[in-house]
Amino acid sequence: MNIRHHLDDATLLVYAAGSLSEGMSLLVASHIDRCAHCQVRVRQAEAVGGALLEELTPVALAPDALDQVLALLETDAGVPQARTPRPAVLDADIPAPLAQYLKKPLDELDWRTLVPGVRQLDLRLGGPGATRLLRIAPGLSVPHHSHRGNELTLILRGSYSDELGRFQAGDVADLDEQISHQPISDSGEDCICLIATDAPLRFSGLMGRLVQPFIGL
Amino acid sequence: MSLFKQAPPVKEEWSACLAALGQSRDKAEYGRLFEHFAPRVKAYIIRLGMTPANAEELAQEALLSVWRKAHMFDPAKANASTWIFRLARNLCIDRLRREKIQFYELDVDEPDPDEQHAGEHAVLATRMAESIRTLPEAQAQVLYLSYYEGRSHSEIAQAIGIPLGSVKSRLRLGFEKLKQVWGESS
Ligand SMILES: [Zn+2]
Ligand SMILES: [Zn+2]
Repeated sequence: MNIRHHLDDATLLVYAAGSLSEGMSLLVASHIDRCAHCQVRVRQAEAVGGALLEELTPVALAPDALDQVLALLETDAGVPQARTPRPAVLDADIPAPLAQYLKKPLDELDWRTLVPGVRQLDLRLGGPGATRLLRIAPGLSVPHHSHRGNELTLILRGSYSDELGRFQAGDVADLDEQISHQPISDSGEDCICLIATDAPLRFSGLMGRLVQPFIGL
Repeated sequence: MSLFKQAPPVKEEWSACLAALGQSRDKAEYGRLFEHFAPRVKAYIIRLGMTPANAEELAQEALLSVWRKAHMFDPAKANASTWIFRLARNLCIDRLRREKIQFYELDVDEPDPDEQHAGEHAVLATRMAESIRTLPEAQAQVLYLSYYEGRSHSEIAQAIGIPLGSVKSRLRLGFEKLKQVWGESS
């Protein structure tokens, strides 16, 4: 996979810290699954966590904590654990972490039409922001908008172009309130992407204001 | 505890200890790891906002996982504190979300772009800690808030009253400095 657009360091750090929302962390895991470049950076960010763990002032456990755990080692709980098997591939375009949530190939998902040519599937993860799949027919665009917080987009199939460049399968757009853009689906097939935000998008044009209640992004 | 009278290893040796445990499954070895890491893991979990009772339970659970997974620890890929940090973090995330698993182990035969020798990881841990201590306060603060209080960018922005963009640039600058540690060790 020829990935050209990667995650921001600031995003990788909070991911490694375990502080990203469920949806954003799913998206990051899905990009990393196929991106050796970001895998290295996550390892580095996790090493920051390891160093910080050493720096913490220890808090004593219950006096018999070790005895309790040693007693457990004699039971089933103490049996060495097998490695978690990688989930079966559903669809070559779905990264493994996302497959755990979707359970069906992309074309068999329960897509809802928002406006002609634009379909979506809400993952309904709860928490702040939203996590959804968006499927945009060739040549169509999402209205021009800015963001109130962070917005991560991972391309699963097809491609889109906006003010920042061209994004193809595997690429991630890591945007925030400083960026305003209008993505256009620009290949011969539907552009399918996973989008996770930690706050709703802010549409700028009249068209955007009309569409917003429908898209609910 | 008389069983573990042997002096605790210095920081660089914990990785060797953990790797040895994976092979030997020796309880005295485990006891040494437990006494060093359990109180740190508990401190970490308390910072994430768990009650002391939950933190005690989770810290024990995390350390039980250390025993159960020790054979998967590869000192060529991470040092012991990073590996245990990751394990405790994942356990807390699972507990907090009580949902699907976010982080899962990469396959053994997965190509590893970050092959380094165990010794280098140990040196790196020490340099990393030094490097963290020299970060400007503003950068250290955002790092602590994300690693220790589980706060997202926007929560940090709110907590310290600065724009989201500034939170991100502080994190980037801090990480940039810490990453130089890898440059120095290779
Ligand atoms: Zn990447
Ligand atoms: Zn956007």
